[in-house]
Amino acid sequence: MSILEVQNVNKSFGGLKALQNVNLKVEEGTIHAIIGPNGAGKSTLLNCFVGKLIPDTGSVMFNGQSLLGKKPYEINQMGVSRVFQTPEIFGDLSVFENVMIPCFAKRDGAFRMHAIERVEREVDIREAAEQMLIDVDMIDKKHMIASSLSRGDKRRLEMAMCLSQNPQLLLLDEPTAGMARADTNNTIELLARIQDRRHITMAIIEHDMHVVFSLAQKISVLAQGTVIVEDLPENIKGHPKVKEAYLGEAAE
Amino acid sequence: MLGLNKKDTKFLLIVICLTLATPFLMQPFAEGTALAQFNGGYPDLMQRVAIFGIFAIGFNILFGLTGYLSFGHAAFLGVGSYSAVWMFKLLSMNIIPGIILAMIMSGLFALLIGYISLRRSGIYFSILTLAFAQMSYNLAYSVLTPITNGETGLQVRPTDVRLLDGANAPDYPNLFGWTMSTSYKWELGAHQFTFNVGFYVCAVIAIAAFYLSLRIFRSPFGLMLRAVKSNQQRMSYTGLNPKPYTLAAFVISGMYAGLAGGLLASMDPLAGAERMQWTVGGEVVVMTILGGAGTLLGPVLGAGAIKYLENIFSKINESVLHSWFSFLPDGLEDAVVWLFARFTGDGWHLTLGLLFMAVVIFLPGGLMEGGARIRAKFGRRGDIDETGAATKTPAE
Repeated sequence: MSILEVQNVNKSFGGLKALQNVNLKVEEGTIHAIIGPNGAGKSTLLNCFVGKLIPDTGSVMFNGQSLLGKKPYEINQMGVSRVFQTPEIFGDLSVFENVMIPCFAKRDGAFRMHAIERVEREVDIREAAEQMLIDVDMIDKKHMIASSLSRGDKRRLEMAMCLSQNPQLLLLDEPTAGMARADTNNTIELLARIQDRRHITMAIIEHDMHVVFSLAQKISVLAQGTVIVEDLPENIKGHPKVKEAYLGEAAE
Repeated sequence: MLGLNKKDTKFLLIVICLTLATPFLMQPFAEGTALAQFNGGYPDLMQRVAIFGIFAIGFNILFGLTGYLSFGHAAFLGVGSYSAVWMFKLLSMNIIPGIILAMIMSGLFALLIGYISLRRSGIYFSILTLAFAQMSYNLAYSVLTPITNGETGLQVRPTDVRLLDGANAPDYPNLFGWTMSTSYKWELGAHQFTFNVGFYVCAVIAIAAFYLSLRIFRSPFGLMLRAVKSNQQRMSYTGLNPKPYTLAAFVISGMYAGLAGGLLASMDPLAGAERMQWTVGGEVVVMTILGGAGTLLGPVLGAGAIKYLENIFSKINESVLHSWFSFLPDGLEDAVVWLFARFTGDGWHLTLGLLFMAVVIFLPGGLMEGGARIRAKFGRRGDIDETGAATKTPAE
């Protein structure tokens, strides 16, 4: 069963057609990679999933419900979390607080006036956040201010924040961009482990083919705003259309 | 105790002791000595310190936690004052109804202004609040004269209705018959201490206001407000709607300002439009930053420091300066007095400006950061966290 279904999505910015008749289906419990050359429209497509952009035409359905016109926080409350290309974390707060906030959001909804309760006494939230930090190997950095973390750790923290909400769909925008090989392998291992244990559906935008072919169970190739191929990883390698998209006419 | 952990309870107890001991702390010098003019332990000043402390505590909930800088909080102070005086005129000289209405009206007013201003953030939000404050000032000054009595200001009169007051009720603001202006003096050797009813009413309310802000700082709600300041984008992609959080903080801080305004009117039952002028709103910004935005105690210290210095500096006029420098040769004396007179008396605002610049440049975390640095120098770890959220970045 597909958890995310994108049909005939079009989006233009002025005269530039960023997305043209995009169709995409993400199956539940799988890791689905979206690849393509720079400017193919990958990030635009992702922005259409989370309420940052509204497509001109077409539909985006999540679990049978339309995501169009919904606010980012409403979409998150439906079960979609997003990891950004440059880590978006709460830089002034401690690592622990960073993970507690999504736990509160999951439990209490988009707004609750919990001014009389005490963070100290929220045992279930604290335990969940601690467990999450153990899962991503960051428990020793619990009291550090998030902005002082290394870049790789910021990424890992953002992933922990998203995962602590136990989302039905996790969107990752180049989760390993700018990482050293060792960190990349750590991330691959972390994502594989999570998928194995929690069966969270993931949609990944990625340039690094090592990451894509290590993780993806299905791959969509986007070029010039349209999906040119959607297939299993083994059929993508060496596919003539993909070669053409990446290397241009010269490949023929 | 009271839903606080050990550290916070200790902290609160210290604040309570300091507040209640203000008549001693602000009166360190013996009467009749040359230093007696630096004593600040008279009722009017102590009341103002407590009241502006409340104002700054409330302002800090908005500015310190969410980072939204409002220049319009004077409007809520004014609304509070007008509401309180109306209650004195219509219902009773007892300050309780006045203070309650002051908080309700300023809360409603804050809801309206906040709802509109919070559609924008950053500098645009600040400009919007400034515009609203200036609008409120002009409304109070001229358009709404039937309610505000225009430039004369709203005053209580013997002919007022005062429905709840009996024939024997006092004609001055009081708490169940205890008038605010009552003072008890205590002579101890050459020292003289004044215990004023009005000050203690303000002090008890200030302690309650401080306690409430302490609870907000430690609550999940307070955590969300800090998240607003840190990263709104992440917040909304985490399933949280930042708008109601900021609006709630805005209304709470508006009600604190209204409470302060109501208390100002309770100490001296008149309300004028000048209380709504943007300079008053600017003053609370300066107090908060001077003390340390985002820390619990900082804004109170800032309010105390500014109100104290304002009173002391304003009192130092040219004749006082002449008496200080009379030992100098004539020509030199005049020159020195002329120089110092620019910074004292009417020139106090120049001193305040320089002080503010110095703090922003050298001590961006305010007096609280200064305290932490001194403690760190003497071997103890500078523990800013003890007094609130540690903020490493200077206030925006």
